[in-house]
Parts: sequence; structure tokens; C-alpha cells
Amino acid sequence: MDIQSIRKQFPILGQEVNGHPLVYLDSAATSQKPVSVLEAVDAYYKLNNSNVHRGVHTLGTRATDQYEGAREKVKHFINAASTAEIIFTRGTTTSLNTVAYGYARQFLKAGDEIVLTQMEHHSNLIPWQQAAKFTGATLKYIPMEADGTITLEAVRQTITEQTKLVAVTHVSNVLGTINPVKEITQIAHEKGAVVVVDGAQGIPHMKVDVTDLDCDFYAFSGHKMCAPTGIGVLYGKKAILEKMEPVEFGGEMIDFVDLYDSTWKELPWKFEGGTPIIAGAIGLGAAIDFLENIGMDNILAHEQQLVQYAIEQLSAIEGLKIFGPERRSGVLTFNMDQVHPHDTATVLDAEGIAIRAGHHCAQPLMKWLEVTATARASFYLYNDESDIDRLVEGIQRAKEYFGDVF
Amino acid sequence: MSFDNLDTLYRQVIMNHYKNPRNRGTLTEESVTIDMNNPTCGDRIELHLQIENGIVKDAKFEGEGCSISMSSASMMTQAIKGKKKDEAIYMSSIFSKMMLGEDVEDVEIDLGDIEALQGVSKFPARIKCATLAWKAMEKAVAADEEE
Repeated sequence: MDIQSIRKQFPILGQEVNGHPLVYLDSAATSQKPVSVLEAVDAYYKLNNSNVHRGVHTLGTRATDQYEGAREKVKHFINAASTAEIIFTRGTTTSLNTVAYGYARQFLKAGDEIVLTQMEHHSNLIPWQQAAKFTGATLKYIPMEADGTITLEAVRQTITEQTKLVAVTHVSNVLGTINPVKEITQIAHEKGAVVVVDGAQGIPHMKVDVTDLDCDFYAFSGHKMCAPTGIGVLYGKKAILEKMEPVEFGGEMIDFVDLYDSTWKELPWKFEGGTPIIAGAIGLGAAIDFLENIGMDNILAHEQQLVQYAIEQLSAIEGLKIFGPERRSGVLTFNMDQVHPHDTATVLDAEGIAIRAGHHCAQPLMKWLEVTATARASFYLYNDESDIDRLVEGIQRAKEYFGDVF
Repeated sequence: MSFDNLDTLYRQVIMNHYKNPRNRGTLTEESVTIDMNNPTCGDRIELHLQIENGIVKDAKFEGEGCSISMSSASMMTQAIKGKKKDEAIYMSSIFSKMMLGEDVEDVEIDLGDIEALQGVSKFPARIKCATLAWKAMEKAVAADEEE
């Protein structure tokens, strides 16, 4: 992988921030976008903008072809059986809420169990809390090991005959833990539970094959994988999606409408009420082309190398604590003695280095880690070792700066 | 941006309040307690005010957060002790103006250490850290009035 030539395709990375060349280490929050994605969106608006699935005119046909073409790309990218299983949404949060409203609230009842992990992002936690309150189902958590991983033994002990739904993140946005979703799915299916995977931090960084994972739902966002904000995907197995009622009603998703009753379009459109996110979907299609051109396995290998280098370098800093397991995705969460993560992030920002500080939308996990906030550096295909060297220098300076105080 | 700019944010007096917070603790006397947090970053303050005859007789805080939020809480409790409620609210409005980068030199109250936080206005991402304690105080005064 030629990182220099990849970087050149991301115009935003070429700038100076606060007088220093930008080092962007916040891709777990959102990734940057390559020129090819920006151009695809631009070209759509300049040449083909039109509403989909309705116009008889030429622009309408072009827009529809491009929008449905993007769905086809997603289908291939995740190896789904059919485009009927690919629903475009606003992002992971909307995808997960679609399952919570369209499946959990419809089919769960008092006494049923919903199983989660303690490392879930709020978006894969609160929809289930609310669904549990609505249905009378109970929430259960798979306990975590001290290093922030879960064992299959713990999974087996938590999932019971009463478990009807298991919602688990593919990759933790804080710890970088890569969960064994294929094995979890197998265990859950043995007990008859459906499995929902939050793929927001998984799919941007590794090959995802939903047929191989055999999960029932896989939710993800475009903006963390080089596509624009506002587009996401809910993959769902056709048989289950067919049983579900739509969650948004209105234009676009209907078949016949009468004064007192209506029927729905077939999959996937019955879940896409209103004018869809056409430009976003086209941008996502372009992002998939870009990522596949580089190769998901190459991206994973590059990030693995980078995160190992980062762990080595940051471990050498006295008073710095790294959270999470040895084997992890390109996410490095840490804290420094005596320096609050917000202050670390501000000092780094003054050096042109963008990291995240806070609770990372995972408050229960912060509680488990016994911290209120952490600093997080996250990597993507456009980062290299020089970015990590700059991070290390910046952390040293933050330490010196605040060291004078203490 | 250089470290000189950082110095406008992290002035010595701020660091002093962060390292040696004034009025840290809880009040056993009959007092109003307000819990407030900054949901975007996790900073948290628990503010206790003892208000008698419209005067803030005592103020203490507990909490967790960055140097800006905790030093601001320390300074705020110091500033409002002994003040009338409306004076405290007025100070809070001056503080908000200061955070917006407005000139507050003409105001007729002694801002004391609080003035050191003026540099925060140049760091938009940190303004909410500085205003957390003041918002809690406003809420505590309002809660006292309801009683």
C-alpha cells in the first residue's frame, strides 16, 4: 500500500491546522473522503440530479440507475444474497432503530431477553433499553474480561432459551476489541435468537461477509468508510425483513393507497419511506469502489501494523495508560496521569493533531473502566507511522506543559 | 498556533485553581444541591449552595472534569460567596459575555480570578467546560426560589 499516493487523494489532509501540518487521528468518529467520492456526489448533482423511482424522464432514469447501482455495490461488498436485503438508511443509529422498532417491539414480549455487551456504543444500547421497556423484555449483558474482550464461554452462559435477540458490536469504538460475531451468532442461533451486529467500526476496516457471519442484521454508516455523512445501511435477512412492518410511512414505500388502508412495496423499498438519500448512496458506492480498489485485506494489515507501532511507542511514555486488548482494530484509547483528556486534546490540537476526548458515546463502558473520559487516537488507511511519531511528540509536550503545574 | 496561545488558555491562576481547588466538598447545612453534567464530554459537577435571606452564605462543589471546568467551578464558588442571589446571577451573565469574547472591562463588579478565564473564548470547543459551574449555580438559585 502506497500511503503517500493514498493521502494525495484526500484533499483535506493537505492542510495546516494551527500552523502545523494536519495529523488526523479521529477516523473512528468520521473518516475523511477521497476525491473520487467527492466527485461522484458532485457529478450526480451537476449532471443527473432527479428523484428516483418516479420520473419517466431521462434524468430520473439515470438517478434511479445510479441509486440502485449503489445498492448492488453494497450487496457485493458485504456478500449479501440479494439487493432486497440492503436497506439504505441515514446511518447506523437509524439502522439499529429500524430493527428495534420493526422487529424487537413487534415480536418480543415480557419474559424475553435481549442480550448485549457492556462495550456497546449508545446507539446499540438505548434502542434496546427502550424496546425492553416497551415490551417488558429484560436486558442482559455478556460479562467482559479484564482486557475488554468477551469469551465464548461467557456468551454461552448469558444466552438462554429465553433470549430472543442478541445485539453486539463488531468492533468496540473505544477498546478496539474485535468481537467473534460469527461464533456469537452460532451460539445465539442454537437458542433461537436473532443477532444484530453494529458494524459501524467493523466494515470500514476489514472484509465483512454477512453470509459467512450468518448474522440476521448488520448495521453500518457510510461516513466512517470514506462516504458522505447521512447515508448508512441496514442489511437484514430477507425472511426476517419480510415479516417486519415498515417503521416509516409515507411516499415511496407504498404499493396501493386507499382512504382507509394501504399496502407496501416489496423489499427493500418498504423500509425507505420518502425521497431517499440519493447523493449519499451514490457517494457510498464510490467509497466502496475506492476501498475495494485498495483491498480490504490490505487496509486491515496496514492498520494492524500501525496500531502495533502506536502501542509500542505510547507504552514507552511514563504515566500513560492504554485501555483495551492486545489484538485490536486501529483504535487506541489512553489516559495520562494528571492530565485530563480534554486538556491533552487541546494541547495536541495546538500542534495540528486531531484526536477525540470524552466518553465516546459509551458511558457504561467508561464506568466499567472506572474513568469519566479518555483520549482516543484512531487510524485509517491514510495514516502512517509519521502520524504516530507526531502524536507521541505532542503527548510528550502535553506532559511537559502540564508537568510544570504538578 | 503556538504554545503562547495555549498560555492564554491555561493561565497560571487557572492552573492554581485546578491544582488547589477552593471550596471543594459538600455542605452539611441545609443547602440546595444541583447535579449537572456536560453530556458531550462527561464533565460533572455537584454544586451545594447555602442560601439565607437571599444571600449565598456558602458554596461547595464536587465533580470530575478537565482543568478548565474544575478551575472554573473553584473560581465561581469563590466569587459568589457572600453575594446576593441577583448579584450572583449578574456575574453569571457577565461570565457568559466573556465567553462570547465580549469586552467586560467596564462592568462594575470585581471579577477577580475569573478574568483569567477570558482566554477560553478563543477556544470554542472549551467554552462549555468553563460555563458548566455557572449554569449549575443559576439552576441552584432558581431551585432555591421555588422552595
